[in-house]
Amino acid sequence: MSVRRSTVIFAWILLLPAVLYVTVIVAYPLVDTFILSFTDASLKKTTKWVGTANYDNIFNATFAEVIIRTFVWTAFSVAIKMIIGTFGAVMLNAAVPGRALFRVLTMPPWIVPMAIGIFMWGWMYNGQFGMISGLLQNLGLVSGPVAFLAHGSTAFWATIITDVWIGVPLVTLYMLASMQAIPQDLYEAAWTDGAGRFYRFRRITLPLLVPSMITMSMLSLIATFNSFDIIWILTQGGPNGDTTTMIIDTYRTAIGSKKYGEGAARAVLICIFLSIFCITYFRVTHRLASGESR
Amino acid sequence: MSQPAMINRYRWYELVGIYAGIFVFLSFILAPFVEGFLVSLKPLSLLFSSPYRFWPENGSFEAYRTMWVSVPGFARYIFNSFFVSFIVTAVVLALVVPAAYAFARFRFRGNGALLGAFLAVNMFSGAVLLIPLFRLMRSMGVLNTYFAMIVPGVAFLIPSAIWLLRTYMLRIPRELDEAAFVDGASHFYTLRRVILPIAMPGITVVAITTFIGSYAQQFIFALTFNSKTEYMPLPVGLFAYFGRQEVVWNELMAASFVGIAPAVIVIFFLQRYLVSGLTAGAVKQ
Repeated sequence: MSVRRSTVIFAWILLLPAVLYVTVIVAYPLVDTFILSFTDASLKKTTKWVGTANYDNIFNATFAEVIIRTFVWTAFSVAIKMIIGTFGAVMLNAAVPGRALFRVLTMPPWIVPMAIGIFMWGWMYNGQFGMISGLLQNLGLVSGPVAFLAHGSTAFWATIITDVWIGVPLVTLYMLASMQAIPQDLYEAAWTDGAGRFYRFRRITLPLLVPSMITMSMLSLIATFNSFDIIWILTQGGPNGDTTTMIIDTYRTAIGSKKYGEGAARAVLICIFLSIFCITYFRVTHRLASGESR
Repeated sequence: MSQPAMINRYRWYELVGIYAGIFVFLSFILAPFVEGFLVSLKPLSLLFSSPYRFWPENGSFEAYRTMWVSVPGFARYIFNSFFVSFIVTAVVLALVVPAAYAFARFRFRGNGALLGAFLAVNMFSGAVLLIPLFRLMRSMGVLNTYFAMIVPGVAFLIPSAIWLLRTYMLRIPRELDEAAFVDGASHFYTLRRVILPIAMPGITVVAITTFIGSYAQQFIFALTFNSKTEYMPLPVGLFAYFGRQEVVWNELMAASFVGIAPAVIVIFFLQRYLVSGLTAGAVKQ
């Protein structure tokens, strides 16, 4: 009995530094955000309790648009990431010469500091001299230069594509790993029964990948919802707010305009959405895990 | 016995299809790097000329020389980025190795809930907590120092590091540390002398991913908590190439490649490690 107690104490000693650290730097600010959201905190010296005023102010037509835009932006980005990432994984899973090199070449967008990749895209989208506009003109697809980041609809898609580009390597690696975890004898059995490659892919690989796809989509959803750097560097939420997502809007309000209270209310709203995703994620992965063991 | 080999033999049209697929996929991944590199070779006059020309005629490495001159602080930005990431990685490892071991080996009340809480932390971005973090940094008096980037940076990298390392440690046979414990070794001795050496590959992977993660997340914290050029990390420092009139694109791209080269070289050599470690962690989760 005393051994067990000492073991538990030892476990807690090991855990304490990490737990304390995260509590001070994440949990405390989370609580502070919640409290701030009920005040008129700004650069002023005094801070007054304003009740739910900040929340009342949020819910207007513009902000409803921001919320909807955030969800549409996230949904498209995650869907495209999953499609391209899984496609890449399927290709890189094939046992062909050069495979190891191709796998390494998938990683750069993930390894390189995000800002640098975004700068590169910024140039490619450049209206007058950028590569995409240039190629489209050279191919005769458009008559004049296209300033992708200067128009709402193209800027919206441009930020999505850059987000996809940054997220794809992780999806690919994860899906690749999931594919390799599929027992080889399943394929061998199917092969002995005369099943062709495409049939094996459709009947073995794809169904067994579904749980991983769901897990990865959930993780990707959370990361994408939180995406800040890409939009901020490319468009700062513009033009005319057409790429303003909730994170960008919160940053603008809180840090840009120094309206801490109003910004905090927006942050709380983001936290609520994130918590919903989080709970869904736990439920889904839990169900998948228990489903597998059955 | 030759079955797997037979399964994996491709017909010629299948090979063509696979290579075509890989080509399309990698084109998307690598296009910005190829274009960025070509831009770094072009003189500005060629960059800003119509019609667009893909290939850098009479290109040179001139921008790789001028970039050091036009932004004198550039070397400092690289140093800052590496320094911050290095410290962040060291602190994360110091906090995470014991915690991951505790999660992997001991059952105690609240084990699962705590593990879940760490995962939940992973889901909140720094942007959401920026205001209170700003106030916290200000009250600690560490705004405009390395601390302002290191302190929050560590917090957001702890959760995924714990999860990854715990998964790795779960695969180390329990008999090993139990035997040591039965032989009279203390828990601490067992951790240091038995577990740590075996877990080294896993710890290496966690160190690499933490380093990369720190490098990637430096933007928002540096942007908000630091306005001094001497402490600016590379991602924010690169904005120095945004001149008053126009962006000096060829130098910006040259600087980007210089900035990422060391990291890419290191990772290129460690990638085998990285892929196997990551995939082990990812699938078991």
